[in-house]
Amino acid sequence: MNKIVAKKKISKDIVQLTFENKELAEARKPGQFLILRVHDKGERIPLTIMGSDADKGTVDIIFQVVGKTTTLLSELNVGDKILDVAGPLGNPTLIENFGRCVVIGGGVGTAVLFPVLKALKEAGNAVIAIIGARDKDALILTQEVEAIADELIITTDDGSAGGKGLVTDALKEVISRGEKIDYVYAVGPVIMMKFVALTTKEHKIKTEVSLNPIMIDGTGMCGGCRVMIAGKEKFACVHGPDFDAHEVNFDLLMQRLKMFKGKEHKSMECHCKNKEN
Amino acid sequence: MSKPNEKVHMLTQDAQKRKNNFSEVATGLTEELALEEAERCLNCKKPLCVAGCPVGINIPKFIQLIKEKKYLEAAAAIKEDNLLPSVCGRVCPQENQCEEACVLSKKGNPIGIGYLERFVADYERQHKKEKGAISHQPSAISSQQCKIAVIGSGPSGLTCASELKKMGYGVTIFEAFHKPGGVLVYGIPAFRLPKDIVNYEIDNLRKMGVEIRTNSVIGRLKTIDKLFEEGFDAVYIAIGAGHPVFMSVEGEELNYIYSSNEFLTRVNLMEAYKFPEVDTPVVLGKKVAVIGGGNTAMDSARCALRMGTEKVYCIYRRSEKEMPARVEEIEHAKEEGVKFMFLTAPVKYIGDTENNVKKAVCIKMELGEPDASGRRRPVPISGSEFEIEVDSVVVAIGTNANPLISETTKDMEVNKWGYIVANDAGRTTKKYVYAGGDIVTGSATVIKAMGAGKEAAHVIDEDLEKKDR
Repeated sequence: MNKIVAKKKISKDIVQLTFENKELAEARKPGQFLILRVHDKGERIPLTIMGSDADKGTVDIIFQVVGKTTTLLSELNVGDKILDVAGPLGNPTLIENFGRCVVIGGGVGTAVLFPVLKALKEAGNAVIAIIGARDKDALILTQEVEAIADELIITTDDGSAGGKGLVTDALKEVISRGEKIDYVYAVGPVIMMKFVALTTKEHKIKTEVSLNPIMIDGTGMCGGCRVMIAGKEKFACVHGPDFDAHEVNFDLLMQRLKMFKGKEHKSMECHCKNKEN
Repeated sequence: MSKPNEKVHMLTQDAQKRKNNFSEVATGLTEELALEEAERCLNCKKPLCVAGCPVGINIPKFIQLIKEKKYLEAAAAIKEDNLLPSVCGRVCPQENQCEEACVLSKKGNPIGIGYLERFVADYERQHKKEKGAISHQPSAISSQQCKIAVIGSGPSGLTCASELKKMGYGVTIFEAFHKPGGVLVYGIPAFRLPKDIVNYEIDNLRKMGVEIRTNSVIGRLKTIDKLFEEGFDAVYIAIGAGHPVFMSVEGEELNYIYSSNEFLTRVNLMEAYKFPEVDTPVVLGKKVAVIGGGNTAMDSARCALRMGTEKVYCIYRRSEKEMPARVEEIEHAKEEGVKFMFLTAPVKYIGDTENNVKKAVCIKMELGEPDASGRRRPVPISGSEFEIEVDSVVVAIGTNANPLISETTKDMEVNKWGYIVANDAGRTTKKYVYAGGDIVTGSATVIKAMGAGKEAAHVIDEDLEKKDR
């Protein structure tokens, strides 16, 4: 179980892994995530499931290398096993025929977006996809998204691909065309989701976002992932991870995500030191 | 040395030393002390202690065997009724159970039944050559290869699995975490229950032929109905309560305010006290406030002390007398330096610009009329608010029912709080689905959960016999 069967380096620091886990491949639905652990003394980290092949019994994940666990994960090769994989976790994304949808992915969040985009298309929606990243190298899945979406708009912070600017600029542009937009789904950095929410709120467009707080178990037993939704405390793992964007306290989430930054750096530092020795 | 007719004293690590380590606090009785204590047992004709035990261990029998220095036999005598004596000898509240019922407790000196249970269990673990050997008593139906799914590998699930296996059933335990043991591994700290003991018991279960599937979140990976489709004949749900409750006071969402579940899971299961040797961190700062007065609060406070903090407060809204924690745990916590603030409750937390908690605003309480629990209700004294400086807070005020299974099992009744409705025998309203432990009763004890697991195993056997007739 959890044997890696394919590995693809998507960009400088983004990796795609495909591993065997038949039950998970069959059970997962768009928007759900998993929690994995790479070694015996490792931490548990949540990662969104990008896709799966139920027939082959394989699961795809895409992740950005940001800390020790993702570094170790990126060092695994075809044939290696991921020590522990628990999932699927979280509620699946609500998929309906809304009409005309805009889906927005920022950075590695596009990997989370991808299965939702696919499902929305299959449900009969017209879907415009907006994908943003800091630069050309950080863009992922553009071809895959282009093949499915009715329209793809790319933005980069530095203008090295697509339009120079933010995904919210592209969103405003789409809205200004005057066609009715029935539904927006956004996933990416919290700051991005916050500004998408502010933009769509102005135009009263139903918007969902996928939140990514710190988690341990992912089953509702620790409460580390609590977020404030319409002033009420919710656990992202059992009540989410998708929430009505207009009700999310994004500022709080940003603060909570910083909670262990110092320790994460320390962990990474020790890891690098050990590697040198 | 204890005086004649006085309960023997448990040997413990010195408080000043132990508050800096996660090694076991109580180090156990020597053989001499165990024999001395066993000799005090009057071997009553009508042993009240047995009635005081939730699983009805034949206490006089095992104590008699200790007197005869037949320690392995004594352990076997306990195991007829209790799968995990090395666990229960350590964490059972004997003072409210067998020892309270002991005829000698009237004079304040009951037999140290828990100490003796632990002594023989430890002796067995250290001396038994053939580990995990069990006597099979296959029930009539077992030959028909029935398979039972047990959900959760805490005390209740482990006991139910063991009982069913002994009857000859095929048993698979589904555990959500990467490591089995439930509250025994994520909740109870190593200084009260060393993890090698839990691992030993779980290894035994595996040797008996029980399959344990970790990383299996039932309710998400598969539903109860899916388990039946896969060929299981019955399902025992023992997932614990495990959904933390917060107080909903202002500022509770600030950074470094943890539920006790999160804090203890980080420290015990993920071993954050070894960071950065292990990858999971926990941040406490210098001053920690633990909210609550139960065993989980004591465990949290004592873990926090061992993490190199300067001050650990335990804030409890009633007085010491009403604390639900075991007296022994409270004493240990005091010896180690936990500062108790009774008749006090937090009403608000104040953070800095980074959203990190910095102050707890508390209010003084006084005791009013008794409430539903029979304890006097704490009433806030208006105008008594005061602030204390804190760098982190652990909220240990209890848990609710976890919704993952009930939400995906619509034809199984739950009560208004989400706990599964099961009769005394563990039968739920869904056929061939049974439940026990905290997910039925709400937060209770290890031994009560074990009792429910054992009972359910026999009821499952009974029901499956009828089914195939």
